[in-house]
Amino acid sequence: MELLLIFIIGLLHAAGIYMLLRRSMFKMIIGLILLGNGVNLLIFLLGRLVKGKPPVIDEASKVFTEIYADPVPQALILTAIVIGFGLQSFAIILIKRVYKVLETDDLDELNSTDEEI
Amino acid sequence: MASAVLLLFFWSYIKAQKFLSVILSLVGLGISIWLFSAVYDGGMLVTQSGNWSAPFGISFVADTFAVTMVLLAAIAGFAVSVFATVSMNKARLQFGFFPMLHFLIMGLQGAFLTGDIFNLYVWFEVIIISSFVLITIGGKKAQLEGAIKYVALNLLASIFFLIGIAFLYGLTGSLNMADLALKVQEIENKGLINVTASLFLVAFGIKSAVFPLYFWLPASYHTPPPAVAAIFGGLLTKVGVYAMVRTFTLIFVGDDFLSLVLSVMAALTILSGALGAMVHQHLGKIFGYLIICHIGFMMAGIGMMTELAIVGTVFYLVHDIIVKTNLFMVSGIILKINGTQNIKELGGMYKNYPLLSLLLAIPLFSLVGIPPLSGFWAKLFFIQGGLESGEYILITFIVLGSFLTLWVIAKVWVEVFWKKGVNLPKKAIGRYFHELRQREKWVLLLPIVFLSIISLYIGLGAENIISLSQRIASELMNPAAYIENVMSQNQIEL
Amino acid sequence: MKSLIFQTASRYLLPLLLLFSVFILLRGHYLPGGGFVGGLMAAIAFILYSFAFGLKETRSIVKLNPRYLMPIGLAICILSAISPWLVGLPVMTGLWYDEPLQLIGMVGSALFFDIGVYLVVIGSTLTIMFSIIETI
Repeated sequence: MELLLIFIIGLLHAAGIYMLLRRSMFKMIIGLILLGNGVNLLIFLLGRLVKGKPPVIDEASKVFTEIYADPVPQALILTAIVIGFGLQSFAIILIKRVYKVLETDDLDELNSTDEEI
Repeated sequence: MASAVLLLFFWSYIKAQKFLSVILSLVGLGISIWLFSAVYDGGMLVTQSGNWSAPFGISFVADTFAVTMVLLAAIAGFAVSVFATVSMNKARLQFGFFPMLHFLIMGLQGAFLTGDIFNLYVWFEVIIISSFVLITIGGKKAQLEGAIKYVALNLLASIFFLIGIAFLYGLTGSLNMADLALKVQEIENKGLINVTASLFLVAFGIKSAVFPLYFWLPASYHTPPPAVAAIFGGLLTKVGVYAMVRTFTLIFVGDDFLSLVLSVMAALTILSGALGAMVHQHLGKIFGYLIICHIGFMMAGIGMMTELAIVGTVFYLVHDIIVKTNLFMVSGIILKINGTQNIKELGGMYKNYPLLSLLLAIPLFSLVGIPPLSGFWAKLFFIQGGLESGEYILITFIVLGSFLTLWVIAKVWVEVFWKKGVNLPKKAIGRYFHELRQREKWVLLLPIVFLSIISLYIGLGAENIISLSQRIASELMNPAAYIENVMSQNQIEL
Repeated sequence: MKSLIFQTASRYLLPLLLLFSVFILLRGHYLPGGGFVGGLMAAIAFILYSFAFGLKETRSIVKLNPRYLMPIGLAICILSAISPWLVGLPVMTGLWYDEPLQLIGMVGSALFFDIGVYLVVIGSTLTIMFSIIETI
């Protein structure tokens, strides 16, 4: 399971970076989304995987005695997903606006801010 | 306790109304002053949200450094929200400029006060999402272009930040900064720690625009309206510096490799910022490059990692937030008067508005650090700190950076204020300065006067700020008290 | 989209999805569910309806401009987050009403926080989607 996740994370990161390096704005956003998902899986992996063990304590005991699933990475991923959702929807709308105003999807043509005004 | 600061949450969902906005910023300023004095007199305050004890719950920590930054953010926020009541046009106000401004300031306050690394990430996201909206609203072509670069790079930075957090959690199993400080010391594998630290360095480096990662800043900062640029230039990059100081004094301490990297980056940042400022003609771009140059000074302080240098960094942060905010508002006034920000076209300001020019001279020259003004003292500490630890190359760069800044500011002064003015063609920028009513003129100038007085105070009453910075630096260099305060307590107070 | 099957189906799906979203909202905290998912579900219900009948119809059903749901939801969130101050506990401590209520179950400040999140999510998602649909 760990090995599979590692490969998936690597794949997502590679695909994300490849997309980021393209000149199209839309591909850039898709790349950022892929990278974000890759990182979420990475957090999940680094929180140590355990199968079928909920983070629940016995009624009698005060601390964990058995192996348990760490709830913190899940909370982190959930937060990251929610934040990512907000940022990505904003970025998509922004790109749509930019495309409408500038009528180009090519990042190389977005260079008017670097010129002297 | 730190509860008072969370009161600032109330700022956020208020409908866009100028009056309410100014009043609420004033209330926020009052609360920050209260918090500052409470911490300054009574020492560090800690609250655990959700009543979970330290390494598990999210703690908010108000030490002297944090509250100083909160106070500065509140001052700058107040000044900008006054400035914006007149300088922003109606369309932008309808799209919720003021709620977003307050969201941004709330995010900043949260980022300064939090004691949890993932919570820091969440506050960073609050900051960038509101800054995204601020940089895009009401935008024309150039502004949208600037915005897309800003958005893409910042999204990438937060992804790096998240990867860093993931590694840190995988290594230590904790997210609380005080707890991390203890656990990172115990880890054997220094290589992995260095990798993690580098990830944080890249993330904060993009945010604060240091050498190889600064390209988004000059491409985007001159495009939004001056009020937005003021709050961005004053505060946003400084959050990155703040986070850097926090993580590198608390979590990743005492690593030669990292301080070497930091020093090299600092030197190159100073150089590239200063050179960039020299070649450009647009006021917004010049100030943008000056931000980069001065971020380099602060980085240099972190790189030297002696107590004296940290004093310099903190002092420079205090000075820079006030002055840079002021500077962008000055450029806004110049735009209002002349309708352009190109210094080749400008001129004759001194002849037409002599008193105004004198006022505008204060922020310009305190940036350079002409002795009685505020920039001077910080540089003194950098150079002392550098001499102490024998970093002569870094000192050379700092001195060089200061000279180039002086040159740039002198050029701006000569071109804009002393050169003979020409009649400029009228442009559609809304209303010109002389068309405004008397009351509106004062509202525009008041925040500049306010910030100038503060920066004069920083310069002339320097001994107070120095003792404050020294206290902060000694707290930062000896994090034991911080760790103990966060970890040991379970007291519940209000 | 003017498909009869789709229109008829979405007319019945709207109340069902809304009901289910409230169920998900109340089910949260100890079981999978909660404000964010519930809010997304409710937003999807309206978006589906707007696909079938167009934006105008949907707006007339929603009545309230979704933009106003955001501040209301935020206000509820913040009030529930700072309510522990009143009894002298740090921010965001969970306060619980002792007896479980009928139908809803245990009521606490976390529930109100979730309701706030629910409203914010509906508000922001609908605002975004409506503004996209408008320009197509």
